Amino acid sequence: MAKKPEKKEPPTTGHEWDGIREYDNPMPRWWLWTFYATIVWGIGYMILYPAWPMINGATTGLLGYSSRAEVAEQIAAVNERNAPLETRIEELALADIISDDLVGGTNGFAYNSGKATFFTFCAQCHGAGGAGSVGYPNLLDNNWLWGGSIDEIYATINQGIRDENNPNTHFSEMPVFSELLAKDEIKNVVQYVQSLSFDTFDVEMAAAGETVFLDNCAACHQDDATGDTFGGAPNLADAIWLYGGDTESLTETVKNSRFGMMPAWEGRLTEAQVRSVAVFVHAQGGGQ
Amino acid sequence: MGILEKHGIIERNATLLLVLSFLVVSIGGLVQIVPLFYLQNTIEDVDGMRPYTPLELAGRDIYIREGCYVCHSQMIRPMRDEVERYGFYSLAAESKYDHPFQWGSKRTGPDLARVGGRYSDKWQVDHLTDPQSVVPESIMPPYAFLLDKPLNPEHISDVVATHRIVRVPYTDEMLDMAESDVLTQLDPDSDDYDGFLARYPDANIRNFDGQAQATEMDALVAYLQVLGTMVDFSTFEPDASR
Repeated sequence: MAKKPEKKEPPTTGHEWDGIREYDNPMPRWWLWTFYATIVWGIGYMILYPAWPMINGATTGLLGYSSRAEVAEQIAAVNERNAPLETRIEELALADIISDDLVGGTNGFAYNSGKATFFTFCAQCHGAGGAGSVGYPNLLDNNWLWGGSIDEIYATINQGIRDENNPNTHFSEMPVFSELLAKDEIKNVVQYVQSLSFDTFDVEMAAAGETVFLDNCAACHQDDATGDTFGGAPNLADAIWLYGGDTESLTETVKNSRFGMMPAWEGRLTEAQVRSVAVFVHAQGGGQ
Repeated sequence: MGILEKHGIIERNATLLLVLSFLVVSIGGLVQIVPLFYLQNTIEDVDGMRPYTPLELAGRDIYIREGCYVCHSQMIRPMRDEVERYGFYSLAAESKYDHPFQWGSKRTGPDLARVGGRYSDKWQVDHLTDPQSVVPESIMPPYAFLLDKPLNPEHISDVVATHRIVRVPYTDEMLDMAESDVLTQLDPDSDDYDGFLARYPDANIRNFDGQAQATEMDALVAYLQVLGTMVDFSTFEPDASR
């Protein structure tokens, strides 16, 4: 091993353990200067930004920064940029929005802001793709509980369904038929409803069930069981089921009734947002 | 260099080091903590805040017991992306009756500070029972057992009394009625409907989980449905200097 040139011994701390001594080297200069720089930075920060708590409140800083003011400014800036587009959306008739030059089209502002809003607020129930799940309607098919025209979709989003906090909310209530019909009658009517959509069903029971249906169900679901979007009565003849079309699910539906609830978005979303969501949902394939 | 060379004296003298360290830490504590006790503007006055109902309080305890706070925060920060997604940023006053607060710092799931009223009770129950049934991409574990666990209101008076010790303004009447209020909130047809609403204005009164029996699911959903809904932000004017 080559011998290193002799260097001057640095001072020691004076501690010694079993002959091992500790050098008292200064901190590396770059570290020391960075440390001093952070102190200077800290003093500058305290002067410019809110920092010291005083008697009646904290010092506000020379820049007058506040996180609330900042977020308010950012939101105002975005709103200002979108304002002409949103005004346009609010002024147009709903049906004309998608064909509008300024905000229309699937690359347009209305469709895409509606899509963003849908993903934030609607996808939890209706699914990220809009396909729904058991108990939460599919928005991709052309089967609608409360109507599939863009005006009807808009009304449903605005007012919600069975939302007790909204005075205009869509409301319908299917009776609890376990209190009104005998067990046999329920079994028969279930077979009848299945006969409208499926190939396999009990012919005799379905025939008996038709009478039960016409006497008890047709008032809302119509004589041909195609439903009524005005009263929110589902179409029972199209093999599309919200809660399932098997005997067990249907029996449960008839016996105990089912009520989906959708919150009203009026007030929670802006008018332009609700209209945009209506445009997006209407464009998903099922819009009428 | 004079005084800077003298640090050896502190380092060689354990008692002196202890005393001086204590002094430095005290200054940090005094500057950061003490003003919170005397500064009136650290918590602004906000209309609409009321103490949790006993049922909501029971739900909050379940929320804490199940560790919901491990994945869900309850604090919307004043940033545009958060305000657009979750709603108005959280105010300090909105957690003034939370002991302990549930702000949290980690979001594996979304923030819940304003989840109240955003989804239906049915959705909350379906989602807690089997999260993937409504949100296939979710990694949340199921809490279906809450539907089968009867809610035991036996200790709720004690919980309310404990909150009173930390100055949540529960009245004597609220304390006396705590046990029965748990069931009153679940039954819109109860005799004490108006009395309950007088004690807890604008509280949701309904059967939250759709089962006849009062379960822990009722309590948890009642708690979730009130989160962030007490303050009316259509009339709230934020003080921009904060």
